[in-house]
Amino acid sequence: MYARWVLTALLAWPLLAGLVVLLLPGRLAKYVALAASLIEFAISVPLWWTFVPAGGMQFVADYSWIASWGIHFTVGVDGISLFLVLLTTFLMPLSILGSWSYITKREDGFYALLLILTTGMIGVFVALDLFLFYVMWEVMLIPMYFIIGVWGGDNRLYAAIKFFIYTMFGSLLMLVAILVLYLHAARATGVYSFSYAHLLSNAKDLGPVAWWLFAAFFLAFAIKVPMFPLHTWLPDAHVEAPTAGSVILAGILLKMGTYGFLRFALPFFPAVALNQNVQLVIVVLSLIGIIYGGLVAMVQPDFKKLIAYSSVAHLGFVMLGIWALTLQSVQGALLIMINHGISTGALFFLVGMIYERRHSRLIEAYGGIARVVPLFAAILTIVSLSSIALPGTNGFVGEFLVLLGSFRTYPIATALATTGVIVAAAYLLTALQRVIYNPLTNPENEKLTDLTPREIALLVPLLACILWVGIYPKPFLQRMEPAARALIEQMRP
Amino acid sequence: MRLDPSVYHDLLLSLLPELVLTGWALVLLLFVAWRHTTVSDLRVAGWLTLLALVSTAIATWWLWWNRAGVQELVTMIAADDFRWVADWIFLGAAALTVLISFAYLEREQLLAPEYYVLLIFGTLGMMVMAAGADLMVIFLGLELMSVAVYVLAGFDRRRARSAEAALKYFLLGAFASGFLLYGIALAYGATGTTNLGLIGGQVSIMGRPSVMLLAGLALLIVGFAFKIAAVPFHMWAPDVYDGSPTPVTAFMATGVKAAAFAALFRVMNQAFARVPAWHDILWWLAVVTMIGGNLFALSQRSLKRMLAYSSVAHAGYLLVAVTAGGAAGTSAFLVYVIAYTLMSLGAFAVLAAKGRAGESDVLIDDLAGLAGKRPWLAFALAVCMLSLLGFPGTAGFIGKWYILIAATSAGQNTLAAILVLTSVVSAGYYLPVIMAMYMKPEPIEAAHVDVRLDRWGRAAVAAVVVGLLLFGVWPNRLLDLARAAGDSVYPAATTAITPP
Repeated sequence: MYARWVLTALLAWPLLAGLVVLLLPGRLAKYVALAASLIEFAISVPLWWTFVPAGGMQFVADYSWIASWGIHFTVGVDGISLFLVLLTTFLMPLSILGSWSYITKREDGFYALLLILTTGMIGVFVALDLFLFYVMWEVMLIPMYFIIGVWGGDNRLYAAIKFFIYTMFGSLLMLVAILVLYLHAARATGVYSFSYAHLLSNAKDLGPVAWWLFAAFFLAFAIKVPMFPLHTWLPDAHVEAPTAGSVILAGILLKMGTYGFLRFALPFFPAVALNQNVQLVIVVLSLIGIIYGGLVAMVQPDFKKLIAYSSVAHLGFVMLGIWALTLQSVQGALLIMINHGISTGALFFLVGMIYERRHSRLIEAYGGIARVVPLFAAILTIVSLSSIALPGTNGFVGEFLVLLGSFRTYPIATALATTGVIVAAAYLLTALQRVIYNPLTNPENEKLTDLTPREIALLVPLLACILWVGIYPKPFLQRMEPAARALIEQMRP
Repeated sequence: MRLDPSVYHDLLLSLLPELVLTGWALVLLLFVAWRHTTVSDLRVAGWLTLLALVSTAIATWWLWWNRAGVQELVTMIAADDFRWVADWIFLGAAALTVLISFAYLEREQLLAPEYYVLLIFGTLGMMVMAAGADLMVIFLGLELMSVAVYVLAGFDRRRARSAEAALKYFLLGAFASGFLLYGIALAYGATGTTNLGLIGGQVSIMGRPSVMLLAGLALLIVGFAFKIAAVPFHMWAPDVYDGSPTPVTAFMATGVKAAAFAALFRVMNQAFARVPAWHDILWWLAVVTMIGGNLFALSQRSLKRMLAYSSVAHAGYLLVAVTAGGAAGTSAFLVYVIAYTLMSLGAFAVLAAKGRAGESDVLIDDLAGLAGKRPWLAFALAVCMLSLLGFPGTAGFIGKWYILIAATSAGQNTLAAILVLTSVVSAGYYLPVIMAMYMKPEPIEAAHVDVRLDRWGRAAVAAVVVGLLLFGVWPNRLLDLARAAGDSVYPAATTAITPP
């Protein structure tokens, strides 16, 4: 019973709650939104237990939507999307809690958009109809556009429109590619349908068109990941967005790109994706992302921008792991997707908290604050270490698996990627030192207050996840394995 | 219900909607001959116009419901689903124009109820154009429509810009009519007939089309391209749209454009289906119009001029549907026109509310902070902008999607790619409107005090927004209607008709 309605409910509930929040008076907005997102999380939690790792697509619901084009509302979850859905529902209540005192104007609009955004994000991960996927992919743009543009920093208008146009540019070409796939399948079988399974089984004999289609999908997903040199929207958007926006952008939106590769670009066009030259290009771009992202992060004066560039590096590991196509590397890539959401999300929360107190994100504005705010310093240290991939934290498991798995496919590239781990240590530890250690020179920092109970409540679940995945990742890997294995099987020529 | 045009009764029946509207136009003429001075006269005339439009729509509906069709294809008037759906579009555009005109005419002190008479005659011309199965009938409809709209463009005769718009529109429109008429003459010279079906039959007998026919085709396309404001025949559009009273601009951008497109569709699909040359011409026209319209719109600061150029860009998208052709192209065209009519009229309605008396230039930046003061109005304009952008969840997306399906299934993948790329460009001018309303503070405290829609304007905008969102999420009915209409035109294009 649960299996039949859960995904539909996960999609409908936040949308409904978002509309309710809009109608209620502004001062109630955050309470209602928090309650709604907690209920959403509660609905999603049983997915963890009821999910059968070897069961393929599960919790499938299928309704006819636009009959004359063969469009269905089809949703389902497998080992790839399960964790992304859970990550979304997990991060939403935390984001709302993190905006509690940060957002002061037009609260009802902000929380309503956050809830509507939830529907869009979950929709992207569960859609099994390419029309539905495309609609969800675009729909989540609008709330994010408003969140950056209305509640963002000083340069928010520029960041918002850049984010919007970059994403739209990629996705519209994907739209044409989806249509070409649809018509190709319809010509071959006579069945007009956007169903994932239908298009997948008829994507074999595309001929040279497959190159164009792959390019269109690649562009859409590569912008979202973002891969070098398409990453330039990311620092702007991440820095200008309010805390919750940055957390969601880094934690979930970037994963849509890598998810798109795993779900669509690779299985649809295996021949193109595994072409020597394509592999070379993608591996090189991932490597540039890892190393260049790390080096640029090293010289950032702005802590938030530093984290933004570190995302480029982390996502480079994910891309490398996906393209290496071994069981460990794909599992590792999936795990980094989750870890990055947790660790980078936590980093953005922490930067947001200190920003609320001092109204500065510049690293040089701080120094020695461990003495004033010990709890904050301790948590920042743990989270940074997890982002550096210290053994015992979640980051280590993912990056180790990716490096281990990729070494078999791309030994040289993997060796170079390993330096990325060192660069990560260099930029994060330096920043950490400059922010919380060193002598306390700036008198303004002496009056900083330590974390409030609300902030602790929001960080504890993230810390718990960091340690859980770091020490006992088996339940995660177990649930991912069959899906990763199936993907590798599919890709075998 | 099969209608036999040789029987007088059936002939009248097939013209029922046009006759009903003509009757109303005459009644209204008589009425304004007596009463044309006060505000209340204006209101009564407006209400009579709405009544006329509704009763015409009902007459059209009756014919549609009874599946009226003409027995033989060689007639001057077509009776098919395409015509009925097109009629509803014109009537709907006219009705929404009336709703936003009430407050506008009073505010601008244009107390002349002849406005509504002209509106009805313009609509009548459009209906004749969509119904014409003969080049002469189409030309008659075009002239009837154009003359009425020339006068409407200059209706605010005390303002120099309105007069300029009317004169410009008239001079260039007369040129376009000349081209069209010359094209008709050459087509007649080449085939010996002006009937669309018979021309189609002659062309298939001819094999290779003669030079005279090709010249005629080219002139016809030029004539239509003027009316739909396709690049490079769009030069008149920004000035005319800018100078005309805002409701008239809305009517021109939607109704006039839709009518010219409907006629273009019929002419190309029925008369010239066997002449491949027009595909190439329209392909280039579509590409140039999409690129040109979007790029020009990008640099506009005035909202009205931006909407004028955006309507040029949308003509480009519609030309993609014409180029794709076939039943899918026709249905896609109808769906897109319905969506475009709604979103365009919605945007112009909000613009009409924002512009103060005597002052027509509303810059996009003037909208700054509108969302804080007039949240519903800002929301409506935002929905219209997103729909114009072709964003999922709105009717504009469904329309664009349909055009893309039609284009890709006709093998026009390049055209589809250009369409979506130029759509990305259009984000560059639609988003700043949303940005100004939601993300910028209002310049002075009282910036939006007198931005107000009256009850009827509000009803029009509400109808538009509901329509856009409804068709965006649940377009099934609309698609079925359009598909039937598309099928009703297309078979005529494939079956060759032997002339008597």
